[in-house]
Amino acid sequence: MFETSLTAADFLFLAKGAGMTIIVTAISVVIGTILGILFGVIRVQLGAILSAPLTFFLDIFRSVPLLIQLVLANAFLGMVLKLQLSGFFVACMVLSLYTSAYCAEIVRGGIDAVPATTRRAARSLGMTWVQDMRHIVMPLATRVALPSWIGLALGVMKDSALVYVVQVTELLKSTQILITRLQEPLFLLLICGAFYFIISFPLARFGGYLEKRWSND
Amino acid sequence: MIEIQNVHKSFGQLEVLKGIDLTVSKGEVVTVIGGSGSGKSTLLTCINGLEPINSGKILVDGVEVHAKSTNVNALRQKIGIVFQQWNAFPHLTVIENVILAPRKVLGMGKAEAEAIAEKQLRHVGLGDKLTTYPSRLSGGQQQRMAIARALAMSPDYMLFDEVTSALDPQLVGEVLETLKMLAEEGMTMICVTHEMGFARDVSNRVAYFHKGIMAEIGAPAQLFGDPQHPETRSFLASVR
Repeated sequence: MFETSLTAADFLFLAKGAGMTIIVTAISVVIGTILGILFGVIRVQLGAILSAPLTFFLDIFRSVPLLIQLVLANAFLGMVLKLQLSGFFVACMVLSLYTSAYCAEIVRGGIDAVPATTRRAARSLGMTWVQDMRHIVMPLATRVALPSWIGLALGVMKDSALVYVVQVTELLKSTQILITRLQEPLFLLLICGAFYFIISFPLARFGGYLEKRWSND
Repeated sequence: MIEIQNVHKSFGQLEVLKGIDLTVSKGEVVTVIGGSGSGKSTLLTCINGLEPINSGKILVDGVEVHAKSTNVNALRQKIGIVFQQWNAFPHLTVIENVILAPRKVLGMGKAEAEAIAEKQLRHVGLGDKLTTYPSRLSGGQQQRMAIARALAMSPDYMLFDEVTSALDPQLVGEVLETLKMLAEEGMTMICVTHEMGFARDVSNRVAYFHKGIMAEIGAPAQLFGDPQHPETRSFLASVR
């Protein structure tokens, strides 16, 4: 017979960790996407040469492991700049920039996929650059970029497990704390995995729903 | 009136327009014929300011298109252009394609824009396709939608850039009929085309372009019946 020492309070502790995972992910994905759109548009508008410094900056966030980024950013902000920042703030900041670096590439690819002739037709009707962007380019680019963006958001959610290094107790860290105490690693990891799945599933389904709806166009 | 004065235009080293002079009066239909690479399509995109020019002047109703002080977005409202590739906005239905610019550029209300769009779409024979997405239309229907989309801005001038070149042969007729109808209604039009029959039947004047130069211009009967320039003669002989 299956027995566990997991109490309702322990379960709530895990749920709280899951809540932290959701909050960190949501903040990072929202800010990262806004910045990513901005960086992506800048990259397309300025061209490869003028946007090289930005590209280089974003490449750093894409190539250095997130764990190292978190530790170094935390050390730099706290010890060098002597800023009194919470681990939560540092986690959201680093994860947002990390997300924006990937998102910028997705946005750039989406904008590039809109045919120049379609944009020319919009401009020929008297639409300004902003109107063309708002009503033609962004809706079409979104359709192209959505699957990659969903993938990015789900990836960031799982990557957020690393923010424990800046003392943020999210879902995986909460699980590890319980494993140390209860010594039931498999059962606890199963619950932890189920939490991750429950968080991811709606987002993945929402992406699928949008793709299906847009395929009528 | 559209006045084109000694216009030169280069893409890098390649000079595609080598001093074009042409005046198109209100109500006139001018067709431009010529081989590919003769600069005829480039001229159209220069007229509504989609392409910059290197020297010369293009005036539309006395306003210089390429002057820095000119609000080119405002100017484009009175110059409709339809391209070889119809360039439907694929995420919008037929009627949404047509109302977008009147709503956003002219600031028209939804009901008013829809009334105009419906009228123009009926005009080009798409009255039963209002809520269809462009992907469900044939090439000829998409091209007619593009014409309605341009007409919905109530332009004073219409430019047509080889609008039948990308269509299946059996769809060419319906688009040419639409152009003919517009010409009969008195729309001022410049049509770049490879359809010699259309050029002959519909235009007031036909211009022959050759390697960036307007080699010859005249009434259709004269240009097709008694071409003066040797290049015009050999071009017409080759397309007959």
